[in-house]
Amino acid sequence: MSDTYDTPDTRDMLDRTRQGVIGKGLDRPEGPLKVAGTATYAAEYARPGCAEGVLVGAAISKGRVTAIHRDAVMAMPGVLGVYSSERMLRRAAQGTAGEAPEQDVSTVDFPMQPVALVVAETFEQATAAAKALRIDYDDQSDDARFMPSDDNAEPADDPVEAGDLDRALREAAHVVDAQFTTPGHASAAMEPHAAIAEWEGRDLTLWGSLQMLSFNVAELADSLGIDPKHVRILSPYVGGGFGSKLGISHEAVAAALAAQDLGRPVRVVMSRQQVFQSIMRRSETEQRIRLGCGPDGRLTAFAHEALVSNLPGEDFSEPVTQASEFLYAGENRLLAVRKSDITRLTAGSVRAPGEAVGMQALEVAMDELAEAAGIDPVELRKRNLPDAVPGEGTPYSSRRLVQALDAGAAAFGWDQRSATPCARREGEWWIGHGVASAARVNILAKAEARVTLTADGHVVVETDHTDIGTGSYAVLGQIAAEMLGQPIDRTTVQLGDSRLPSGAGSGGSWGASSTGSAAFRACEAIRATLAQAVGCSADDLLLQDGKAWAEGVDPRPVTDLLTEDLTRTGRIEPGDLMEKVNQSTYGAFFCEVAVNAFTGETRIRRMTGAFGFGRVLNAKTARSQCLGGMVWGIGSALTEALQFDSRDGHLVNHDLAEYHVPVHADIPPMEVILLEERDPHASPIQAKGVGELGICGAAGAVANAIYNACGVRLRDFPMTPDRLLAHLPDPFAPAA
Amino acid sequence: MAQRPAARLTVNGQSHEISGDPRRSLLDVLRLDLGLTGTKKGCDHGQCGACTVIVNGRRINSCLTLAVMHDGDEVTTIEGLGQPDALSALQAAFVAHDGFQCGYCTPGQICSATAMIEEIRAGWPSAATADPADKPAIADAEIRERMSGNLCRCGAYDNILAAIRDAMDAEAAQ
Repeated sequence: MSDTYDTPDTRDMLDRTRQGVIGKGLDRPEGPLKVAGTATYAAEYARPGCAEGVLVGAAISKGRVTAIHRDAVMAMPGVLGVYSSERMLRRAAQGTAGEAPEQDVSTVDFPMQPVALVVAETFEQATAAAKALRIDYDDQSDDARFMPSDDNAEPADDPVEAGDLDRALREAAHVVDAQFTTPGHASAAMEPHAAIAEWEGRDLTLWGSLQMLSFNVAELADSLGIDPKHVRILSPYVGGGFGSKLGISHEAVAAALAAQDLGRPVRVVMSRQQVFQSIMRRSETEQRIRLGCGPDGRLTAFAHEALVSNLPGEDFSEPVTQASEFLYAGENRLLAVRKSDITRLTAGSVRAPGEAVGMQALEVAMDELAEAAGIDPVELRKRNLPDAVPGEGTPYSSRRLVQALDAGAAAFGWDQRSATPCARREGEWWIGHGVASAARVNILAKAEARVTLTADGHVVVETDHTDIGTGSYAVLGQIAAEMLGQPIDRTTVQLGDSRLPSGAGSGGSWGASSTGSAAFRACEAIRATLAQAVGCSADDLLLQDGKAWAEGVDPRPVTDLLTEDLTRTGRIEPGDLMEKVNQSTYGAFFCEVAVNAFTGETRIRRMTGAFGFGRVLNAKTARSQCLGGMVWGIGSALTEALQFDSRDGHLVNHDLAEYHVPVHADIPPMEVILLEERDPHASPIQAKGVGELGICGAAGAVANAIYNACGVRLRDFPMTPDRLLAHLPDPFAPAA
Repeated sequence: MAQRPAARLTVNGQSHEISGDPRRSLLDVLRLDLGLTGTKKGCDHGQCGACTVIVNGRRINSCLTLAVMHDGDEVTTIEGLGQPDALSALQAAFVAHDGFQCGYCTPGQICSATAMIEEIRAGWPSAATADPADKPAIADAEIRERMSGNLCRCGAYDNILAAIRDAMDAEAAQ
């Protein structure tokens, strides 16, 4: 069988197998370890003789390090070394880079960029010495630009242009032309970036908190100038990633270099402030959306333009219009993203790059168009689903957007909503309702997994894939148990060791469907061997509860058919199907808010999300992914914003007290509807990704509900009380 | 050399002598010296709650306090509440309701919730209590308010609430 996935797998294999565990909302197998505190994260390995390293950030915004006054801190108690070298990282690696990012910390690219590592016997000694370290700089920040603007932006890469947009807008019955802004966002995973490095001769072992180990090995080896075969990374538990741990970052290389020099293990854990200041931000965006439709609400003009930013030399550009390419109709189109080079920390992937901020603006614009056209916003969306990708003609694989809108509307009680704002008042609160579509691209990535059916009837799945909270341990076990007809409690999943076959890694929502498909193929190979032993074709083989049989052949324990462990490796690579058929995930959000008529405070009262993303592999963990995405949407709508100083580019709110992620009290009762779907174009297991879908558009539903509640149409996120207050209607006026 | 301060504290029923660097936080003593890495460091500034432990029956952020300040204190960490094969009712409810994803904030959530249940039972009011003179109800709004010092970036809040309700209801039914 070819590794590439070129032909849709329509056999519905996982519907024909008999074990009955696929899709079930089983508990996470690693759950007991996590709730008991015995799951071990990167910084938590006890290595004998481990020294402690603390990174030091630059005191200038841009320039060069001219002197590091090592001697003074080397004399401090316990200090073992002060490192600042051409191999240390200036920037974190972008996702799937597979090579070293910018190195050499004698140059300063952005404020608080790590420029040195201080290592001491204890964490307290290293912290004190790092604070005392004096560094001289050649400050070149006078010629730096700290604010994104049109006049320092590059032309858009690959803009989409079709038809005659200006004419279509002129002739449209209804037009929306609106400007939006979204601020920078931080991943803010709960576990700070951490590494323990230990050398044995030429071989490096790194315990890290990383999402994509095969790429990370290549990045680390390239940074150190060594052969990747000498690098092993262990990352069995990762305390959240959300894009920030796709590539290696400063602490990993610094720990490896110091450990090599000192001949003993070195641990480097970033402070929360350092994580905020030096890893990765989601770019702020300025967006202009122009929509034009006929009297029937059908889109004829669709333009989505954005300005984003990054450090000079970084290729990554927040793909703001990614879902705009395929989601709605409109033959006359313009989609363009320009990037402005500025001096702030690296911009890169933060959960659902592109759609997270593009969809929330688009979905507000669609709400505005619905109002202008006098059409219910749910109906307007349903009327604008094209038969093929506009301008391309590419057909869609499965698309459950209509079903999501309908199922969500029914569950939420959308028919009870007032179409006019300021219609409902409860005490000092305006009550309103909003809807938004969800859409996110789906990607199949190259992956490999090894599955063993042991002679005593256990299933073992092995891959260097990671579980960053996504449920990889659960779903990979379920796929293998289902395919090999073994109870789930006889199934073990080993992850997060770079010596195991290369999984897809956790990122871009592709982990479960890609690595799951590799495991699926390994299981198919095992089934073929078992079928031979049973004396039937692989198609006719029946497996359940450890027994194998076929029509006319009595069930026998699988263990009777095995004389030794049966091990197979499965592989998958994206093929033609990714190009030929648009494979995306869809959903719909419905939200009820209360806006305080006096203070402008918004409270989310309830939220419903309905999602279609191919086969559900585990209903419990999939639902949790959706819930988490919606929580991110609420943060993006109401509280989250990175604030940069316009004078020197430094991040002002660099911690969890000042960058406001949602807390328990911000989150209402939430309802998640998982739609039944199979997408044979996406993967042989007919699954797509769900790790990011729940955020893509969610903030738009909140914004639309705010408008419906109090009649204030904000186009700047987050919608904080100060922004609403100036526009609120007379709090003493009666409801409309 | 000046005599270093020392403290003797009890952690999960075991007595420990603290004789190291007086700058060391209770959190770092637990993680680095006692090997109790179930208590997590998420921010080291009392902003996230991942390091929550129970000291003399009350939940605190162990990153905001120095170990040497706890002479004579009784500390309970996540490891003291249950083991993977013998979970507390609340720990088991977190698994059943998927009250976590990455698992990093989880020990702090569970320690916090364990103490919070006692606070409600003892009648302590919160900002969500309508009348501070009344005994607070076991209500979702009370739990969400009282658990707001424990951040979960994976966004498992609804599931955490369900787990806590489940454990409280099970206890109330006994």
